[in-house]
Amino acid sequence: MLAFAVLTLLFAGMTGSIGVPLADVPEALRQLASGHPDSLSAALIDLRASRALVAFATGGALALAGLMMQALLRNPLADPYILGVSSGASVGALLAMLLMASTLMVDAAALLGAVGVALLLYLLARRDLRSGQAAEGGAAMLLLTGVIVSALCGSLVTLMLSIAPEGRLRSMVFWMIGDLAGAPLRLAPWIVLVGALLFAMKSARAMNMLALHAEAAVTLGVRVGALRKGLFLVSALLTASAVTSAGAIGFVGLIVPHACRFAFGPDHRVLIPASILSGGAFLVLCDTLARTIVAPQQLPVGAITAMIGAPVFLYQLHRLRK
Amino acid sequence: MISTHDLMLTAGKRTLVQGLTWSAHAGQCWSIIGRNGAGKSTLLRALAGLQQPTAGTIAIAGRDVNDWPLEQLARQRAFLAQSRHDAFAYSVMDSVLSARHPYHANRYWEGSDDHQIAMTSLAAMEVADLAARDVRTLSGGERQRVAIAALLAQETPLLLLDEPANALDLSHQMSVMDLLARLCRQQDKTVVMIGHDLNLAHRISTHALLLMGDGRWQAGAVEDTMQPALLGNYLGHPLDMIEHGGRRIFIPKENSA
Repeated sequence: MLAFAVLTLLFAGMTGSIGVPLADVPEALRQLASGHPDSLSAALIDLRASRALVAFATGGALALAGLMMQALLRNPLADPYILGVSSGASVGALLAMLLMASTLMVDAAALLGAVGVALLLYLLARRDLRSGQAAEGGAAMLLLTGVIVSALCGSLVTLMLSIAPEGRLRSMVFWMIGDLAGAPLRLAPWIVLVGALLFAMKSARAMNMLALHAEAAVTLGVRVGALRKGLFLVSALLTASAVTSAGAIGFVGLIVPHACRFAFGPDHRVLIPASILSGGAFLVLCDTLARTIVAPQQLPVGAITAMIGAPVFLYQLHRLRK
Repeated sequence: MISTHDLMLTAGKRTLVQGLTWSAHAGQCWSIIGRNGAGKSTLLRALAGLQQPTAGTIAIAGRDVNDWPLEQLARQRAFLAQSRHDAFAYSVMDSVLSARHPYHANRYWEGSDDHQIAMTSLAAMEVADLAARDVRTLSGGERQRVAIAALLAQETPLLLLDEPANALDLSHQMSVMDLLARLCRQQDKTVVMIGHDLNLAHRISTHALLLMGDGRWQAGAVEDTMQPALLGNYLGHPLDMIEHGGRRIFIPKENSA
């Protein structure tokens, strides 16, 4: 899988409105490594690879966040956006766009919105996350709270879209679909992803316990309250980081963990690395497609993810039932 | 093995149990008996550490439950929940292996000894042939036996079971109960369980704890507590008792209307 992920990155680097022949790749990579991209190929690969790296970090983060959310809520239909973290980011980003802020300000506002909603949810649902009294109702309360907060943010988004001037509407819609064009390669999402991966690997066994036994995992020695808080905060952080750099790309966080469950079973110790790798690779492929399919025009990647993902998933689902 | 001191349990404004000072020792098999809503499950959940009591303390192996590190406590007592909701497609083997969690939370994978113990437990519950099945495809009785197998695999001296005979057919009710009785007698384990079948309970229990649901309770050896008058009072329906081959059979009286 790791090899496949690297291959998709390379493929993304080679494909575009101007192709890079395979023979030029080693030379271009050598130039990149030495820090002097002289040839056209090297420059193209540089541009595309950094975009692919952003896509990979985003896809991996969304898939991992979705996996965690599904384990936390014990609901296979949960996705990273279900609790409204992305809606919060949308409110922030759209507000910034409405006020004609710079790209950096839009990103910052999105992050602020996501973190704000996550904190609000955390304060509201802190007692439900704790184990004990809440019993089986805990996850349901959190889910309901999240859905309501999400609905509130959604109405704010609609409000802003309806009062926005024509000229800015297009970029706002693109942001909401999820677009990797112009997303700068930053270190922060990778740090978040690696940190979250470490947390997830450490909690993998406990996540299995929670998914299997819910509250009763306490009697097997799992600190359910602490685990739930951890899962909530880390997945909110992952979602915030992904949404900030690329907008609300749909589908990845819901479907990739599912597809991995079909392929590798429900054991989180396998699912965690598998989800990150396939989530990352999937988004890289989608983004490559998004910028080549009607090149030189570029589509927002969010429009592609479901278009490819849904048929593949349906096929897999159907085959499994036979 | 497990004891409570001045325990008080409430649900909303109702007091379920008050001033419960009680203890169960190694080799004893306790049945908790009472009407629906009398607080049987609440008590068992509190004993398992899933719920904080309103007042009073619970000690396992002489140490307050709140002072035990969770992982060590999980090697002392196992808990069978009344019902389960399986959201994901774990295999039967996965679910039984999960009971080995408290023995090596720091290792990433289970060892072959864990597989060995899991297989033995599954065989004891006659579900070894289901090991590879998805838990969501099992029948109610099969799922229950798998859950009990997981309980056995946890290898704890104290077993807390909420309606272990739930969904089991007659022959498996008998074999599960006999197994529990053997664990008490031969391996000196402590069993505390909830059950609605008085005859089954009387057959294997050494002791009974009766709950009225309004705070009152009565605990003691089966000979003293499982008397028709007392049970009838606690269960809200008059009972007759027949001695048959050294066993006591309880029969609800017909309503003389």
